Order: sequence, then C-alpha cells, then structure tokens
Amino acid sequence: MTTDVSTPHPVRPEWPWHFGVAGFVVAWWLIYRQLAPASEWLVALLPVDRDTHTGEALAFFFYDVPKVMMLLTLIVFAMGVVRSFFSPEKTRALLSGKREGIGNVMSAGLGILTPFCSCSAVPLFIGFVSAGVPLGVTFSFLIAAPMVNEVALVLLFGLVGWQVAVTYLAFGLGIAILAGFVIGKLRLEGWLQDWVRDIHSGANAPVMPEGERLTMTDRYGLGIEAVREIFAKVWIWIIAGIGMGALIHGYVPEDLMARIMGADAWWSVPAAVLMGIPMYTNAAGVIPIVEALLGKGAALGTVLAFMMSVIALSLPEMIILRQVLTLRLIAVFIGTVASGILAVGFLFNLIF
Amino acid sequence: MKPVKVYGPGCKRCETTAQMIREAADRLGVQVTVEKVTDPREIAMAGVMSTPGIAVDGKLVHTGGLPDAAKLEGWLTA
Repeated sequence: MTTDVSTPHPVRPEWPWHFGVAGFVVAWWLIYRQLAPASEWLVALLPVDRDTHTGEALAFFFYDVPKVMMLLTLIVFAMGVVRSFFSPEKTRALLSGKREGIGNVMSAGLGILTPFCSCSAVPLFIGFVSAGVPLGVTFSFLIAAPMVNEVALVLLFGLVGWQVAVTYLAFGLGIAILAGFVIGKLRLEGWLQDWVRDIHSGANAPVMPEGERLTMTDRYGLGIEAVREIFAKVWIWIIAGIGMGALIHGYVPEDLMARIMGADAWWSVPAAVLMGIPMYTNAAGVIPIVEALLGKGAALGTVLAFMMSVIALSLPEMIILRQVLTLRLIAVFIGTVASGILAVGFLFNLIF
Repeated sequence: MKPVKVYGPGCKRCETTAQMIREAADRLGVQVTVEKVTDPREIAMAGVMSTPGIAVDGKLVHTGGLPDAAKLEGWLTA
C-alpha cells in the first residue's frame, strides 16, 4: 500500500495502463450489451420450454449471474482506485475534534470512501475514540461503512433499478448520520468498556511511515486487487443468492408474497427487521432475493428494511464490538439503528 | 532472531500475512520469530487501525491488507 521511498524505482510510463483501462471499459460495455440475447440463446439450447417455471428460472439465472459479475468488476475496480486516496488514518485526522452534526455527516460519507473491513472494526473504533473523534461521530462511520457499500449499490442498481439504488444510498446515509447523532446526544461515553476509556493509543502510537507517492499504476493495481478480493469472498454468495432468487422467481406464487410482505400488512416491516438481525450474509447474497421478492409483489419498504437489517445489524459484528462496548451500549446501538430502519420501511410503504 | 509481530484479530488475512512472513524469512535465510497479536487492546496500543499490521523489531512497518512481497523482504533484511 505504501511505496518504499528509499529504493529509487525506475519510472515506467503510465500510458499503457491508461490505455489498458480504457480498452477494458470499452470491451466491458460491448459485452454487457450482449448479455440478454446471449442468455436467451443459452436457454433456447437447453431442453426446457422457455415459458415454464423452469425455463423462467433458468433465464433469470443465466442473465443475472454474468450481469452482476460484470457490474461488480467495474464498480469494485473503480472504488478500489478511489479508496487508494483514503485511509483510516487520514479519515481519523479529518474527523478528530469535529463537532457533532457536521461531524456525523462527514463521518457517514467517509464511511463509504475509506477502506474498511469488519474484522478491523474494533481497532478502528479505539483508534477513532482515543484520538478525540466523538463517540456519536464514530458510530456514524461504523454504521455507514458496512451498510452503504458499493456491492450493495451495484447489485441494487443492476437487479432492481437505479431509483431504488439511489434511495438506498440516501436513506442508508441518513440512518448512519441520525443514529450516530442520537447516540452522541445521549452522552454514553461512560458505557464504553473501562479500558477503552483509559487508553490513549492514537496520540503516542508510532506513526506509520506514509509513503504517499502512489502512482496511478499503483492505484490501478489496488483496484485490481480489490476486484480479486471481492470475487474470492462473494462469488459463492452471489450464485447462492441468485439461485435462491431464481427459485422464488420461478416457483413462488405471486399473491403469496404480496400477502406476507405486501404494504397492507403493517407488521411485515418490524418482522422483516427482526428476521434480518440474526441473518448474516453480505449484500451480495441478499440482493438477488430482494429482487425476486419485489418481483413477486412484496412491498419495497418491507424488502429494504429486511435488507438493511441483514447488512447493518449482524450478530457477528456485535460480538466483535462487545470487546469495546458494554451490553447496554450495544443495545442502544441496535435500538437506534433498528428504529431508523423501521422508519425507512414504513415511510417507503407509505410513499410507493 | 528478528522479532516480528502480526497484529490482527485472527481473520484469514492475518493468517496469510504470518505465513508470508515465514516464507519470506525462509527464502532470505533470516531468523525470525513471528508472534500473532490478537488482543484488541494491544492492537490499538500499537496504533494499528486496519488489520493486519506488521511490526519488525518493534517498529510498525505496515497496516491494512496483505503486504507486498518485495517490501516484506525489504523489512526483514533492513
């Protein structure tokens, strides 16, 4: 991630890389446009009738798997390049000592752009709090980072539509900002684990030698690395999720879903949030199901609430955070975020 | 013996990092002790915010993601 400044490395021209990336984008676009006819052609080759449930499910599967994979490749690469301009250390410097309010807004935004892995949630939390980032502002970051991520947005865009993707982005950020703001206002610093309050890591910790001289080639490399990593991690979820979605698509009768998850059943939103908490999968696994549910007449608010709950409130993350937060603080965290998700769910069912 | 510490809660990437260090040390013929630090308090105290972090001879040289193989050799021979 950091270039070693002590070794003078030969300056290679960067233009082959720029051309390579441009060529890739053009090729990507040409292939992407051919996906729908190609999938129909593939299903036509198989010995199933296109108009049966099986044919319907297969067409869905053969079209959506490559489409999602291609969209992910492009966007994850782009985000990998963008994220190479950010780091947790820089984000912390930007946020430390920020007032609440503006701090929450910045924090949620930076949560999307800063490289973050949920396995670093605890060191990052401590690093933020000990460097004077207010607790509520830290929470805004911790809520936004997993919830509003490019994988979720890409999948929503590709499978459901851009309107839903934009809405998800806006409301995801909104929940992160508001929930963090509320937690900040509650003044719960006393509810951290004792040792976290006493720690002063950030101030006297050794500062990383920041080799800031990344070339564009390095950044492209990081983008490719991000794609590789995402695929190693999520491909199985995508196949499983789309397979599941295909089953719902082909076999579940329409009115059943409308009855259970339709807008008329008021209890469906809280039920969806509750169901989502113990479920742990990433965005990649849950969105194909989301698409299929919507297609079968489930209400948008209910489905979004389910999705947000699955992604943002996960049991494993709570267990990790238990090391730094007391149970009371975790309860407040879950309560605040769940209320936000409930509000979004009801609001959507009301509007659409 | 060069003391090397790998900071991380024990996720897959931290395992891979430790393995990379051992392999690089073998290749270079450098004697190292690889210690995995999984306690969140110690990780934070070391100033590591994104894991895995690597410290060689008590000096933090890397945080976040798998290290670059060439740079890793540089740290071990420095």
